[in-house]
Amino acid sequence: MGGLKVLCIAIVLINGQTIGTVAADGPFPDEARRMRSANEFLSPALRAEQADPIRNRGMLWVEQGERLFAQPPPPGGAQSCASCHASPETSMRGVAARLPAVDAESGQLVNLEGRINDCRILRQSLPPLDYETDELLALTAYLTALSIGEPLTVSIDGPASAFYAYGQQLWSERQGQLNVACTQCHDQSVGRKLRGDTISSAVPTGYPAYRLEWQTLGSLHRRLRSCQLGVRAQLFELGSREYLALELYLKSRARRHLIDAPALRR
Amino acid sequence: MPATAQAGETIKIRSAIQHPMITGHTDAGPNVAPRKIIHTFAVAYLGAEVLRVDVAPGIAANPFFAFNLRARSSGDVVFTWIDDTGEVIVETRQLTVT
Repeated sequence: MGGLKVLCIAIVLINGQTIGTVAADGPFPDEARRMRSANEFLSPALRAEQADPIRNRGMLWVEQGERLFAQPPPPGGAQSCASCHASPETSMRGVAARLPAVDAESGQLVNLEGRINDCRILRQSLPPLDYETDELLALTAYLTALSIGEPLTVSIDGPASAFYAYGQQLWSERQGQLNVACTQCHDQSVGRKLRGDTISSAVPTGYPAYRLEWQTLGSLHRRLRSCQLGVRAQLFELGSREYLALELYLKSRARRHLIDAPALRR
Repeated sequence: MPATAQAGETIKIRSAIQHPMITGHTDAGPNVAPRKIIHTFAVAYLGAEVLRVDVAPGIAANPFFAFNLRARSSGDVVFTWIDDTGEVIVETRQLTVT
């Protein structure tokens, strides 16, 4: 009896050690490789702050976006967003979850920011808004917030497949002075530490997000640019085809994850 | 803040405002952005001031303030934010006391 007991303990110990070494040096076990929502990396206090519409500062932009959407533009513009898109709570629900998508006319990949600017130029006769202006952030935040709880469902078939392949290539290509690829951190090192932070699965459901480091709301493209700065790579333009392809790749990678923008991010 | 309260009840009021709170210390070098912060936040209830905050540059962007207020009778709660450019933002909420 005594011998059997010791044997059992030994087996448990060996198993424990084996699992430990695989997780530390080799490839991650399947459980850890699962895509983890960005909220899992937030402290309980930040998660509570994000869920509270008054303490979540991103909601200030959502309110601004709601006003801009309903308000007729200054003289010269023909109509407000709401004059075409009546009752946006139902008609615009799910739109943010399907973008970026290929525009049938131009054949280009267009994200939510691009769609808003297309509408401004073609339907409202207004100049396009620049990335990271409060107005564009407000409209994207408002429209994305209308899709809260909707799963990401971007299409990567047909005309989008070429953009998806380009995004995947950028994702796995080494870049910058530090010579690292996105995949080396966000696929292979998820959960490990980088400077003072934990490396996430790069699930983009919270963008535009209120990033504490920025002290303001920012687009997904600005966030991608932060990673490129971190590895000392050449930066792409906000709204460039590179970032658009990466956005499509990231959103297809995180398919079925639910939109929770505007999120709080560290 | 709640729209209604009982007389004598203490209610919690929370406020947030969109403002960059530029400290005047960032972008060291020839292009220092001039300071632009909300320097005063004041709240009046039933015509009398109940709260005044002198805000310093150490306060984060988009400042959030929470405080308690004892409900006495129905009236307006007036929130005022004043920033360095002299811009005054006023918001009014009605409180009904039963």
